Amino acid sequence: MKKLSILTVLLTGSAMLFSQASLATSDCGEIIIGSAISLTGKYAANGVHAKNGYEYAISVIKEKGGITVGGKCYNFKVIYYDDESKGDRAATLAERLISQDKVQYLLGPYSSGMTKAIAPITEKYKIPMVEAEGASRSLFNKGYKYIFAVLSTSEQYLASAVALAAEKAVENGRLASSVTIAIAVENDPFSLDIRAGVSDDAASFGMKIIIDEKLPRDLSDMSAILTKVKLLKPDLLIISGHTKGALTAVRQIGEKNIKVPMIAITHCEAADVVGNFGDTANGILCATQWSETLAYEDELFGTAAEYEMGFKSAFPEYKNKKVPYQTAQATAAVYVFKDAFERANSFDKEKIRDALSATDMKTFYGDIKFSEAGNNIAKPMVLRQIQNGVYNVVAPSEFASHKVIWPRL
Amino acid sequence: MDQILSNLSMLVDFPIVNLKILIDGIMIGAIFVLVAYGLALVWGVMNVKNLAQGDFVISGGYVSWWLVQQGFPALLGVPVAFVVMWGVGWVAYKLVISRVIERDMFTSLLATFGLAIMMAQILNLMFGSDTQSVDLGYDTLFFADGLIDVPIAKLIGVLMATVLAASVIWFMKTSRMGQAIRATAQDARAARVMGIDTEKVYAFTFSLNSAICGAAGAIIVMVWLIQPFYGIAYAIRAFVIVTAAGLGNLPGVIAAGLGIGALEQFGAHIFGIGYQQAIAVVLLLIVLIIRLIQQKRNRQVLK
Amino acid sequence: MAKKKLILYALILVFTFIAPFAFPAYGTQLATLWLMIIVAITWDMTGGQMGYNSLGNIFFYGTGMYVAALISIGQVYDVGEYTSAAGGGIYEFTDAQYFSGLFLGVISAGIFCSITAVLIGYITFGLRGPYFAIGTLAVAIAAGELVSNWEWVGGGQGIALPVYPGDLDVGKTFFYFLFASVGVSVFIFVKWLYGTRFGAAINAIRDDEEKAEAMGIHTLRYKLITWAMAAFFVGMAGGISGFQLIHFEPLETAYQTINLGIFMVVCVLLGGKGTLWGPVVGAILFHLFKEVTWTYFLGWQWVALGALIVVTVVYFQDGVMGWVMRKRPEWFGIRVEESK
Repeated sequence: MKKLSILTVLLTGSAMLFSQASLATSDCGEIIIGSAISLTGKYAANGVHAKNGYEYAISVIKEKGGITVGGKCYNFKVIYYDDESKGDRAATLAERLISQDKVQYLLGPYSSGMTKAIAPITEKYKIPMVEAEGASRSLFNKGYKYIFAVLSTSEQYLASAVALAAEKAVENGRLASSVTIAIAVENDPFSLDIRAGVSDDAASFGMKIIIDEKLPRDLSDMSAILTKVKLLKPDLLIISGHTKGALTAVRQIGEKNIKVPMIAITHCEAADVVGNFGDTANGILCATQWSETLAYEDELFGTAAEYEMGFKSAFPEYKNKKVPYQTAQATAAVYVFKDAFERANSFDKEKIRDALSATDMKTFYGDIKFSEAGNNIAKPMVLRQIQNGVYNVVAPSEFASHKVIWPRL
Repeated sequence: MDQILSNLSMLVDFPIVNLKILIDGIMIGAIFVLVAYGLALVWGVMNVKNLAQGDFVISGGYVSWWLVQQGFPALLGVPVAFVVMWGVGWVAYKLVISRVIERDMFTSLLATFGLAIMMAQILNLMFGSDTQSVDLGYDTLFFADGLIDVPIAKLIGVLMATVLAASVIWFMKTSRMGQAIRATAQDARAARVMGIDTEKVYAFTFSLNSAICGAAGAIIVMVWLIQPFYGIAYAIRAFVIVTAAGLGNLPGVIAAGLGIGALEQFGAHIFGIGYQQAIAVVLLLIVLIIRLIQQKRNRQVLK
Repeated sequence: MAKKKLILYALILVFTFIAPFAFPAYGTQLATLWLMIIVAITWDMTGGQMGYNSLGNIFFYGTGMYVAALISIGQVYDVGEYTSAAGGGIYEFTDAQYFSGLFLGVISAGIFCSITAVLIGYITFGLRGPYFAIGTLAVAIAAGELVSNWEWVGGGQGIALPVYPGDLDVGKTFFYFLFASVGVSVFIFVKWLYGTRFGAAINAIRDDEEKAEAMGIHTLRYKLITWAMAAFFVGMAGGISGFQLIHFEPLETAYQTINLGIFMVVCVLLGGKGTLWGPVVGAILFHLFKEVTWTYFLGWQWVALGALIVVTVVYFQDGVMGWVMRKRPEWFGIRVEESK
């Protein structure tokens, strides 16, 4: 008897799950996209940045007349799930979006780790996914055909910092190979690939890595590393650990008065290091995918600077800080989808995939053109230095608006 | 292996580094002591193993952070967090904890785990998931050629932790309530017979624990940073310390807290900072095994 | 009565078989449900039947995942190269390599976990009460941290296993039946076990360990064997999970201490500790509750889950089965004299 009631519970539960795919209607049609994104857990801060970027793009596209497919107008609607910053959850949710919500197109999650968890699923189901937050190279050498990334891959983040260090060494009459590097990265796919990239660059200059540490995920203290830095005096200190890593690094570098001539980190803007620590952040180099000062432009979002203003008025909580590049690239991902739908003039996912693969566009975020593997090869990374509380582009030289200040202090 | 050797040789070549690591460890340990002392209190007095300990800490941090956002001075955060978290602790006691006291030990562990994930998510909904910190803007004191650095903010944190711990000890020793708490910890039934309102004692003890954690959180937000989901790291360390020190043994808690802070720092220096958490739990295991061997030696009836 | 029971079992078995075909879109969730059932039943073997509340069973899940993955990769490629941070490259597995790797890996995962259970248990079973729970939790956390620093197995970025070759829906059903067969076996196994002298012995340990020892039961041996049996099934479930998930990493997926590691305990409490059906019922209810809140209360799901745990533990500790047993003892063959 009691087993029967269990059955009924199961069945009613499943029926409830089924009924959720009801669509809202308006004068324009809807294109449903799915996304599992980190709203809780360790990546939540950046997950929210990305989600805001998606939402802003969708609202702008709606305002400007939507997406035209087959002569009719459509708007995007995204079904979000919370992946809790856990890979297994992200994979399950991607599968659920595809097989239960019948989603045909996906927007990426936050971080390389989550993207790595989802990519095999989208590949299996042949669902095109445009992702904006997974930069690890390990995503693009697996032969995946349905993943398209608008951002530059991890090894490029700090390559120009290594090159700058070499350049400065030569200017000061030293050999580039005499430069010593200290690396402290978080133990996750993104940061580990940053480390692999820096190691490769360092090897090509013959530089020596004298400190090589991994940051724990849950304790916000790196004094053990900074003590070694003080003792061994490297010429370049590299730190990568998402928002928490950036905040911890800047705070403790200030507290401990670390005098390394060049410090390069990731996620400065997302962590709002200037707003949090003011002058302490001066002189730090920040790898960034995008800067609002760059001369990129498109007809939908305007120039990079206009994008930033528009976004700030739509999301006032960003009023007093930089709009992080995580947001801009999320917006760009939605834009790429719009463009692909219009060029394909179809909802067929294979045609969308082919259209995505043929993408060649100029956006406020930079040029976007995908390689065979799906990564964006048309857009460079830039390196900004915080100079008197302002982020100024210092490298690579064709984009530089200011000269790098070296040594940092 | 090379890395470990070179790290070890660093300790020998620059003896001052040992002192520096010790100082760092003690400063971290001082905060752990607060959290662990609160846990030792509720564990000893009411036999509740509070897994939500870390989330009380983080909540206190958010109280202080919110005050600073409203334009209040940061140091005010510590007493305010103490008071606010007292209230939160009292509510948690009335709703959940009061019902698990007389139950077996596993109940409290699980119930407070449920409480912990609720609190973390409520904080996330209230304050967002950004990592937050408060910058006091104080300088750092340098010694030994700048190799030893003592940020004034951390010094203030340690000072406040000491004052707080001292006043709690003083309170437990001298006040009526303190005596009642200690009596209840020794034998709740006897205390009841002697006319002590144990229900009141329990409520008071748990609120006090929550308040201590809140104050610790307010200190943490000044020297490190907080995020809604970082509570568990503090809970784990509190368990390590209390297990190592034993219940109702305040000097033991202080020694174990400072010791674990220092050992963690030394371990992080030698093996790499990535092993810090592993070092904490391996220490816990070692302590448990030592305890076991001691118990085996004078084995009678175990309970 | 016996006939009714037989029909019931037959019905459940039939439902097990048709479920993935009746609800094809829910294949993965149904498979996860079986996973929950497996970990809940095995937790109850020590927690409910023997009175040793472990918080570290997730250790076997994670270890099983890694053992199975490493064995299946290792038979074809060099593991260190396969897991390198920059991504290695494209690694092809033939069908034969995939399936032999999977079965060999999953079986070895079970065996390896049994052995580690004996080794770890030798130390931890000396601990009593809360110290056993904390000690096992510490083992699980330490293992996760150490694996996440072990570069040869991919460190913090984890391992990506090959994708199921062939049709997707077949693959989904395949994993469903893998989990279901382990689940059904573990259920039949414990049903038999609890009826034997062995079952009586571990119950005696739960009720009073000193007395049990005084009666000549070699308690440590019984405790080790019970945990090793539980570890065998959890390890296999972990191994299968690895292949089903394709990509996993140490701290959040494999050794997910504060998720699955504690959820399995909640499942058992929700269903009823120390009963045969309790863990099964609890796992079903818990999984259903989790899926529904994750879909409809996005943002509040953790609050709801926390509240469920608190309410279960504080107000409803006998669980569903305990409650049913009190209301309808005759269903369980317990005769009660009418007292009125």
